[in-house]
Amino acid sequence: MTIGAPVEIAASDPLLAYLQSAPGPVDLASLELDSAAVRELRTAGVALIVPLISQGELIGTLNLGPRLSEQEYSTDDRRLLASLATQAAPAVRVAELVLERAGEIQARERLEQEMRVATLIQQQFLPHELPKLPDWQVAAYYGPARAVGGDFYDFIELPDGRIGIVVGDVTDKGVPAALIMARTQSVLRGEAPRSDSPGEVLRRANEILLPEMPARMFVTCLYLILEPASGRVVYANAGHLPPYVRTADGVLELRATGMPLGLLPDMLYDEKEGVIDTRQSVLLYSDGLVEAHGPGGDMFGFPRLRELMAQERPGTELINHLLEELHEFTGRGWDQEDDITLVALQRTGGGEHALLGAGAGPAEAPEPERKVLLSLSLAGEPGNERIAMARVAEAIAPLDLPAARVERLKTAVSEAAMNAIEYGSQNDPTIPVEIQVWVTDDDLLVSVSDRGLSGPIPDAEQPDLEAKLAGEQKPRGWGLFLIKHMVDAMEVVSDGASQIVTLTLHLRGVDDADQPL
Amino acid sequence: MPTSRFEADVRLDPEIALVALHGDIDREAEAGLAAAYLAADSAVILLDFTRVGYINSTGIALIVRFLADGRRDRREIRACGLSPHYAEIFQLTRLSDYMRIFDDAASASALATGEMTGGKA
Repeated sequence: MTIGAPVEIAASDPLLAYLQSAPGPVDLASLELDSAAVRELRTAGVALIVPLISQGELIGTLNLGPRLSEQEYSTDDRRLLASLATQAAPAVRVAELVLERAGEIQARERLEQEMRVATLIQQQFLPHELPKLPDWQVAAYYGPARAVGGDFYDFIELPDGRIGIVVGDVTDKGVPAALIMARTQSVLRGEAPRSDSPGEVLRRANEILLPEMPARMFVTCLYLILEPASGRVVYANAGHLPPYVRTADGVLELRATGMPLGLLPDMLYDEKEGVIDTRQSVLLYSDGLVEAHGPGGDMFGFPRLRELMAQERPGTELINHLLEELHEFTGRGWDQEDDITLVALQRTGGGEHALLGAGAGPAEAPEPERKVLLSLSLAGEPGNERIAMARVAEAIAPLDLPAARVERLKTAVSEAAMNAIEYGSQNDPTIPVEIQVWVTDDDLLVSVSDRGLSGPIPDAEQPDLEAKLAGEQKPRGWGLFLIKHMVDAMEVVSDGASQIVTLTLHLRGVDDADQPL
Repeated sequence: MPTSRFEADVRLDPEIALVALHGDIDREAEAGLAAAYLAADSAVILLDFTRVGYINSTGIALIVRFLADGRRDRREIRACGLSPHYAEIFQLTRLSDYMRIFDDAASASALATGEMTGGKA
């Protein structure tokens, strides 16, 4: 017998229904069906068709030509073929499933690879440091969605101590969005120092980006120039969500009109200005926050954000509070649909109300003057403790501490951040870990704060090495012990919503060689 | 943030297995260290940390497990090439009570083998 060439059978062909219910091999010569497939199979020389049925489903056929002996297929032949089909069908089905699965795995690996590249691009271009502005507290958060979107933010140093602040969002996701984000950021970085007018900077950026923009992509972007000393802001908006400002009279929007970048030529951008006074805050954000969905399908929404914004909180605290509210709203196991970007600025002093600042009664000891060296928000993702360690090392480099002290602090920071990620954030990249580094006249301090999802941090005890070596205890459990012994002081504070580990290195009166182990 | 993938090269000399560790000793090093222990089939194993830039608490735990395996199988574990910082950590964690620490591979290998270290236990 010879096996006929493969024949495509249309899904609507009556042969399929016939084979589905056929009790065994089917003789094509005697089959009376108005079927294109039957005609084609006959032309291809098929004489007998054996349906392959697996779990009640027709998954294929064995097509046989006439017997070489030119005799009809016997009853034994048919029985043998029916038995063969019964055994072959599940095997074919398994092979099909394996192929499908392999295809799915390949597709998923491609997607994961693409997401890794997109994340890498994002991380490369997002600022590695927050600007240090006297009398201002600046905080930023970027939380990528699983299929990384095109959010970005930037701080651009400008002449005369001014600072350009950008928040933007590229339509689309993945590598294309990440590339456009990188390009937009580089265009804005190039154009920003050339003009004091945010509207003009956006106009030029639009002209440059328009010819390069792929079809159906564009970039929304808000560009604001801040004069830290006076609190004056000038801003223009290319279709992005307007920032909120919290004032004594309520929450306002910084509105300015303009089309997104890369959509149309010859666009002009409305330019507005205002003054941010002491204790007022500004929040620049992307739609990922307000458009996040709760388990019931409702959105986080602008009214909720506005209400949260109305409560006085400095930059980092505001961002932490918003993220906590977001996680409470979405519930655990939330699949973040879009990137979330938040940039918060609070004017903490220097304005006309600075002298009216609360606290500081005559009986209170003056707070030691502190200088913030680093303010960093990290995704609660395993491995990010290395970023924390490197960034803290960079930030303290100007202090010129003895190498051994620096190494100890690096280990302590890495361990504290690792604990915060593993326990405080439970390895959830959407739950950030905040790190602050500051110096006073006497001390260098590093705080690592997390959401405390795993409850309070236990006391740092001396691990029982003998028990671990004897296999009576797990070999783990060195982190807190290491932290405690690497720094001069370790303090753990929990305020219910977060847990803060503060590490202290004394800057005075410490002879490095005398450091106790 | 540059991280360095962990690798362990095992060289079997007549009386000592030299395990040259490269990269970071963190949770990513678990399989590599376990494989190195199996490959280093000798009564004395020397862990050379010369090319190790970073060890975290999980890495310390992996070294503890390596030592525990050595103790179970009556193998002596030695260490060399530790930076001053990690030598301090080995002292602090008391790992150095259970493994003799040498400056370099040559001095560790030169010492007569066959003498088990007992630490304080």
